[in-house]
Amino acid sequence: MGDRDLWLFIDFGSTFTKVVAVDPATETIRARVQAPTTVATDITEGLGAALRALEREVGTGATYARKLACSSAAGGLRMVTVGLVPELTSEAARLAALGAGAKVVGTFSYKLPASDLARIKDLGPDLILLAGGTDGGNEEVILHNARGLAELDLAAPLIVAGNRVVADEAAAILRAGGKEPVVADNVMPEFGRLSVEPVRERIREIFISHIVKAKGLQAAERFVEGIVMPTPNAVLNAAVLLADGCPGEPGLGELVVLDVGGATTDVHSVARGAPTDAGVVVKGLQEPYAKRTVEGDLGVRYNLWNVVEAMGGAPHAFRAIAERFARDVATTPQTAEEAAVDAALATVAVGQAMRRHAGSVEVFYSAQGPISVVRGKDLRGVSVILGTGGPLVFSPRREAILRQACYDPAEQASLRPVDPRLYIDSAYTMFAFGLLGELDAKLAVRMLKRYCRPMDEGTGHGR
Amino acid sequence: MRARRRAETRTVVTGVIGADCHIVGNRILQMALEEAGFKVVPLGIMVSQEEFVKAAVETDAAAILVSSLYGQGELDCQGLRDKFEEAGLGRIHLVVGGNLVVGKQEWDEVERRFLAMGFNRAYPPGVDLRRVIDELRRDLGGPARDG
Repeated sequence: MGDRDLWLFIDFGSTFTKVVAVDPATETIRARVQAPTTVATDITEGLGAALRALEREVGTGATYARKLACSSAAGGLRMVTVGLVPELTSEAARLAALGAGAKVVGTFSYKLPASDLARIKDLGPDLILLAGGTDGGNEEVILHNARGLAELDLAAPLIVAGNRVVADEAAAILRAGGKEPVVADNVMPEFGRLSVEPVRERIREIFISHIVKAKGLQAAERFVEGIVMPTPNAVLNAAVLLADGCPGEPGLGELVVLDVGGATTDVHSVARGAPTDAGVVVKGLQEPYAKRTVEGDLGVRYNLWNVVEAMGGAPHAFRAIAERFARDVATTPQTAEEAAVDAALATVAVGQAMRRHAGSVEVFYSAQGPISVVRGKDLRGVSVILGTGGPLVFSPRREAILRQACYDPAEQASLRPVDPRLYIDSAYTMFAFGLLGELDAKLAVRMLKRYCRPMDEGTGHGR
Repeated sequence: MRARRRAETRTVVTGVIGADCHIVGNRILQMALEEAGFKVVPLGIMVSQEEFVKAAVETDAAAILVSSLYGQGELDCQGLRDKFEEAGLGRIHLVVGGNLVVGKQEWDEVERRFLAMGFNRAYPPGVDLRRVIDELRRDLGGPARDG
C-alpha cells in the first residue's frame, strides 16, 4: 500500500486534530482520521495519535511527500479590530479579519477611551487591526488610537490599514511604543468601497510568522512543513476554489457554504450578490465577493441553549437530550431521538445564520411609488449551497437542515438562494482541499468537485 | 499635517435626502463638482441624515451638499446641523438646494427658514451650478485644489 507518495493535510482543531491523506496520483482521499487535540500539553501528542491511526488505515510503508496544516487550536486567531464609524471602516475591518479566518473577539470604533483600551488589554488578542478614515479622509482618529495602543501593555502585533495619508505616521507612533506594526492598504480606500484582500494577506503572513509560535504550536512544525493558515481560511479557500475553479478547471459557479459546528455556525458566500431586480436602491457597505460570517451564538453544543431559545422553547424530552449534549460537548447522537434533536438544533442554527449572512430588501412607499431598498448581498440567484461540519455531514436529515438556508416565500425580505442545488462535503474534508489548493489549485478544484456531492445524487465519494 | 491636507483635493459629500428618488439633478451636480476639482463622495438617493454624518466623519469632508426635489425637504433637513454638532463636526459647511418646499412660496422666506435651520447656503430650483460652485469655493476659502 505504501507504493507511492501521499500528501497529508492536518487541521489542529479546537477539539480534534484531523489528518487527511490524499493520493495525488489517483486524486482520491486515502484516509481521514482524527484524535483529540493536545494543545495544553504538547500539540504533537495528539498529532502522533492521529498519525498512528492513519498508519492503521494506509499501512506502514506509505511516504508523505507534502505535509501542510491549518489550525484553530488554542482559541484560534483571536483578533481585535478598530475603525472609525461602526457601519463603515469598523465594519470593513471586521469583515477583513473574518475573511482571513480570524475569530473577532472585539470591534471598536471612534476615538478609543481609556476604558476601551483597558478592555482590549483584557481581551488579550493575538493580533490587532487598526483602521479608520478613507484615503485622504479623517486623520485624527487613527492617530489618536495609534497613540493609545502604543502605550498599551500588550505584545500583540498590529496591522495598520486605515487612511493611507497617515498610515506610516500611525505605524511610527506604534513603533515608538515598542510595538510591531505592519502597514497594509486601507480596508476602505474610497467611501463605501471595501478592499479586504491586502489585509487578509498581511494577516496570514503574521499568522505564520508570529501566531503559530505565540500559541505554542511550533512543535508541530518539526513534522509538518508549516501551519500555513487559520482553519476557517482554509475552508474559505476551498469555497472560492470550488466556486471559481482555476485556469483549465472550471468551478461550480457562485455558491454558499454552511459550516455547522459545536460552538459556531459559519457561513461563506462566494458571490457578487448584486441585486437581481432592476431599479432597486442599494444601501450600506459593499460586501466582499468572498464573505465569511461567524455566528458565535449559534452552535449545537456549546451555545445550544441560544438555539433552543430561537426555536421558541422545546418539550421536556427534547430538553433532556439537549442537556446531555450541553454537558458532554463531544457527544455524537446514538439514538434516533438524539439524532432528531441534533438535526433540529442544526436546522435552527442554519436558518438563523443564513438569515444574518444574506442581504435584505425593504419596500418603502414614496410619493413616486414603491421603492425597494436592498442592503447586503442578494443571494437569490446562487445555484449551489454546500453543507459541511460534523452535525450537518453526519446527520441523516442533512437535506432538510440545509433547506433552511434557502429562500422562503413567507419571508421575502431575506435574500437567500431561491432554487439552489444542495451539496454535501461528503468526506468532511473541505479544509484539506483548501490547503491542497496551495500546492496544486487544479487538483484541488477537481477533488472538491469529486467529494462535494449533490445530495440528489446520493453520497458516493466518487470512487 | 495642516499643510499637507491643504495641498490635497477638497472632499464634499452629495446626496438626495429623505425618501426622495430624484437622482438626475444630483448626478449633474456631482459631475460639475468633479469638473471643478472637488473630490465628491456621492451618496445617491434616499439618504438619511445619519448617512450624511457618517460619510463626513470617515472622509473628513469640507462640505455637505444636500438635494431635495420632492417637496418634503424642510421636514427631512430639520436637525441635520444638530447631528453634525453631536458628531463633532458642528462647523461643517452645509448647502441645500432643489425644490425644497411645496406650493408657491416666496424664495426669500424659504431661504431664511433653511439658513435658520443651520444651512450656510440654500439654493432655489434652477440655480446656475456655476454660481453654486463659485460660492462654495469662496466659502471654503479657496479653489478646490490649491496650486
